[in-house]
Amino acid sequence: MKPEYQRVAYYPGCALEGTGHAYNQSTRAVGKALGLKLDEVKNWNCCGAMEVKNKDPKVQTYLSSRVMSIAANEMGAKVVMAPCNGCYHNLKKAEYDLAHDAASREVVDRISQKAGHATYTAGQVETIHALDWIKDGIGEDELKRRVKNALSGLKVANYYGCMYTRPRHIFPEKDRGAGSESTSKPHFMDDLLAAAGAENVDFPLKTACCGGAHVLSDSDTSTKLVLNILRAAEAAGADVIATECPTCHSGLEMHQVRAEKVLGQKTRVKMLYFTQLLGIALGLSPRSVSVHENVSDALGALKEKGLA
Amino acid sequence: MSALAEIEARLESIPAPADSREAARSLLSDAEAVLEHWITARGETPTADTREGFRLLALHRQGTRGEPSFNACRETCREIAYHYNLVHAQPASADATHASRMMAMLVRHLALFVSGKLQVAGLGEFCCSSRPLRIESA
Repeated sequence: MKPEYQRVAYYPGCALEGTGHAYNQSTRAVGKALGLKLDEVKNWNCCGAMEVKNKDPKVQTYLSSRVMSIAANEMGAKVVMAPCNGCYHNLKKAEYDLAHDAASREVVDRISQKAGHATYTAGQVETIHALDWIKDGIGEDELKRRVKNALSGLKVANYYGCMYTRPRHIFPEKDRGAGSESTSKPHFMDDLLAAAGAENVDFPLKTACCGGAHVLSDSDTSTKLVLNILRAAEAAGADVIATECPTCHSGLEMHQVRAEKVLGQKTRVKMLYFTQLLGIALGLSPRSVSVHENVSDALGALKEKGLA
Repeated sequence: MSALAEIEARLESIPAPADSREAARSLLSDAEAVLEHWITARGETPTADTREGFRLLALHRQGTRGEPSFNACRETCREIAYHYNLVHAQPASADATHASRMMAMLVRHLALFVSGKLQVAGLGEFCCSSRPLRIESA
């Protein structure tokens, strides 16, 4: 248990105000139910996502550093929590760049001065994912104690996507032995959902590429990659795929529809954010964790198992 | 070496194998062929070395050199090796049949990823590999 995770600066990022709205709602609802406090980063900006990073990695480093600078220097926060894998990854990458690359520090300092805010210095805050926040802020034992509607009988394939663990060097806290997260076989989501009563299936594609970044330039490859992930989850016996990233989640849902339309391949597995599943287990209503916003019939899957 | 499209097509429908060990060997060979395509397309000769007992893992390491985005299929390769070992540990069990089915899906994923990367080199480059600064300044 880490007391510093009880109250964190919350960086939702752009996706959670759009396609990932249900993730935002369910993260806030679960935090409230567990007594974990979120202070949204004031006047936050885009983390630099993929587009800026592809054009100029140092500008992405600056954009992410501004978010951390506001949290550290204007809010006095020690921990920033980002539920989106893209944001989480970019803030960690910026942290790494600023700690190891003098040219990045120079660019960030120059733009920060021009923008009129304090320059972020590596180490001022710790960036964590929503999985770390609940896993280390509450822990499985306490979570188990608070479960009112155990996810019994629900078979879950946990899909972490690529940016939660790669590249390894920007996540120095992972692969540290017992209790730490693994970059090759991540398990934090498995641990939390098991504590909520779900049955995790052995799913070998939990960090496999979904082709998400090329959804427009090469849609067919993305659809085939996602279809393979969905089929593998079904072959593993899963009723639902739990996600922890808005890009992964919408990619899986959209390509499931596209696979049926374009390739004639129907899959029945449903997608839910892990925070939605935790919310249900904590006794929250499906509406309060925005299950009705999911594209796949997640509510139907929950009803079928007597969970909604 | 089978063409990537042939491998993809073969993996589209995998019947329950009569001999799981033989099926696993064939799938491992397909996975190696997929990586050979990637390495050959980069103008290199695929290594015959092994890493942790698998040529597949040595090929993956070779394919990643100078191309960090290729790490996006590292765990897929490791899972293929793991499932190969699962099949060989208990070849006659029902678990072996399941493991061989999952292995087929893993090899298919690898084939799709590599064929995608051969068409659009940037696949995976500006997401998980993070396009390291050293490439920009090289």
